[in-house]
Amino acid sequence: MTVNLMSLTAVELGKKIKAKEVTVVEATKAALAQIKANDKELNCFVTVNEEAALIRAEEVQKRIDDGTLTGPLAGVPVAIKDNMCTKGILTTCSSKILGNFKPIYTAEAVINLENAGAVIIGKTNMDEFAMGSTTETSIFGATKNPWNTAHVPGGSSGGSAAAVAAEECSCALGSDTGGSIRQPSSFCGVTGMKPTYGTISRYGLIAYGSSLDQIGPIAKDVTDCATILEIIASYDTKDSTSVKREEYDFTSALVDDVKGLKIGIPRDYLTKGLDPEVKTSILNAAKALEAKGAIVEEFDLSLVQYAIPAYYIIASAEASSNLARFDGVKFGFRAKDFDGLHSMYKKTRSQGFGAEVKRRIMLGSFVLSSGYYDAYYIKALKTKALIKKAFDKAFEKYDVILGPTAPTTAPKLGESLSDPIKMYLGDIYTISVNLAGLPGISVPCGNDSKGLPIGLQLIGDCFQEKNIIKAAYAFEQTKKYDRCNIAKSRD
Amino acid sequence: MANIITDETIEYVGILAKLDLSAQEKEQAKKDMANMLDYIDTLSALDTEGVEPMSHVFPVNNVFREDVVTNGDDRENIILNAPKVKDGSFMVPKTVQ
Repeated sequence: MTVNLMSLTAVELGKKIKAKEVTVVEATKAALAQIKANDKELNCFVTVNEEAALIRAEEVQKRIDDGTLTGPLAGVPVAIKDNMCTKGILTTCSSKILGNFKPIYTAEAVINLENAGAVIIGKTNMDEFAMGSTTETSIFGATKNPWNTAHVPGGSSGGSAAAVAAEECSCALGSDTGGSIRQPSSFCGVTGMKPTYGTISRYGLIAYGSSLDQIGPIAKDVTDCATILEIIASYDTKDSTSVKREEYDFTSALVDDVKGLKIGIPRDYLTKGLDPEVKTSILNAAKALEAKGAIVEEFDLSLVQYAIPAYYIIASAEASSNLARFDGVKFGFRAKDFDGLHSMYKKTRSQGFGAEVKRRIMLGSFVLSSGYYDAYYIKALKTKALIKKAFDKAFEKYDVILGPTAPTTAPKLGESLSDPIKMYLGDIYTISVNLAGLPGISVPCGNDSKGLPIGLQLIGDCFQEKNIIKAAYAFEQTKKYDRCNIAKSRD
Repeated sequence: MANIITDETIEYVGILAKLDLSAQEKEQAKKDMANMLDYIDTLSALDTEGVEPMSHVFPVNNVFREDVVTNGDDRENIILNAPKVKDGSFMVPKTVQ
């Protein structure tokens, strides 16, 4: 065999499987071999589902052979972030408190993937309960950036993004509450997309900030992302915020044509705090789209500085309520020594949660407490309304908003956690997209002088995924996918 | 404006959050929360007079269905995740005297 199967995109591999050039077992084994070779160092996976994946691969092969599975991802090895429930497979949220939790049902998005014939090869590392931007708050230790293992992969879906970049899976699912798909995709040089809120069922996604959480694909290219999105998006009565969309077609937007597409660059995204190399790379990407016929101009979005404080109030408030269920009664970890029921709750939670999770539960409990509710929580919800309005106004004029995904490339390991506010500021371009429920995609657009990847973010209006897919696809045609050395070393 | 978080506040929030923080964690929490609130206070510069608070970006309606059970009895599997079990039930410390 001359082709490294893991160097292919998910759709390319799916085609080879369909054409009988490759078997599903071969594809699964290729992913597992890549994990064995590199994951000791990178730590992308919390659980590798080796035995079950190989059995599943045989089953999928049979169903491809008898013609029941015909979709583009049939037989493709996929990784799932460890905050999505997978029946019988450990689902930990990278937390001690769920360290031994095996769900009795599977998340709807994962079921949709399985129904399409994908093979789940494992569960990926993340910041504990998705709270963090570096994947360093995981109880299982940090994931390393495959481009440079002295750097973080970003977070919170750092395991998924790094696994795709290191070719330990063909594609992966992540979740995005404030940038947790787009930012690690940017740091790891892969493509990641958060669709419009409500597009993908949250059933079985362990909640962090329910009004902001959304599952999405992480892959090598835009075609993979659109294909995965088409498979996992569905209206689901089990999720009360699931939206019945008029259409679930995303792949028809994969056309290299941006003639007349109106693209706005927020001037307030290009100011202080943005690394000059990132800025240059983003503006070059805008020029490339302009050269293809897009109409590009700068504008003032406004309110940018208010998104992060509003986000931390809302997300922490929702987290403090969502994480109340972890009490050591029905599942997960329970503290050993305690004196009565309340002491059991408190000791279990204090020993089971890490520092960042406790910090956010405390802040959330505080902003919701009597006397502070109006000053903080209601104020944040009003800010959210204004941010949404600012985007509405922008989308009256533009089809796509273009900017950086993150202000810098990946920081070094160990540099971020000591100053939480500084870490939070790194989410400045991604967070407002969650507050407004918009779709956003991060596509690789270059590397800085240290060789670390830079991500271009394209934001669309609600339900207008096709506009950002089109712009991302057209841009991608101007720039070949760049593989990291760890991935290349297996060729 | 610098926020100062008192011992009483941390104690009270700890009760709400059902967290039992060590003395060292409490000191850190006081500092972290004060810093965070100082930062969050940026919002006070924003005029939100007359703005309707937005909890969801789309109108959220109740999702109704017929009151029919569709999932089966999964008791045996559910209990497998329990930290402590007695007679097929979750076991917890005594709650009433």
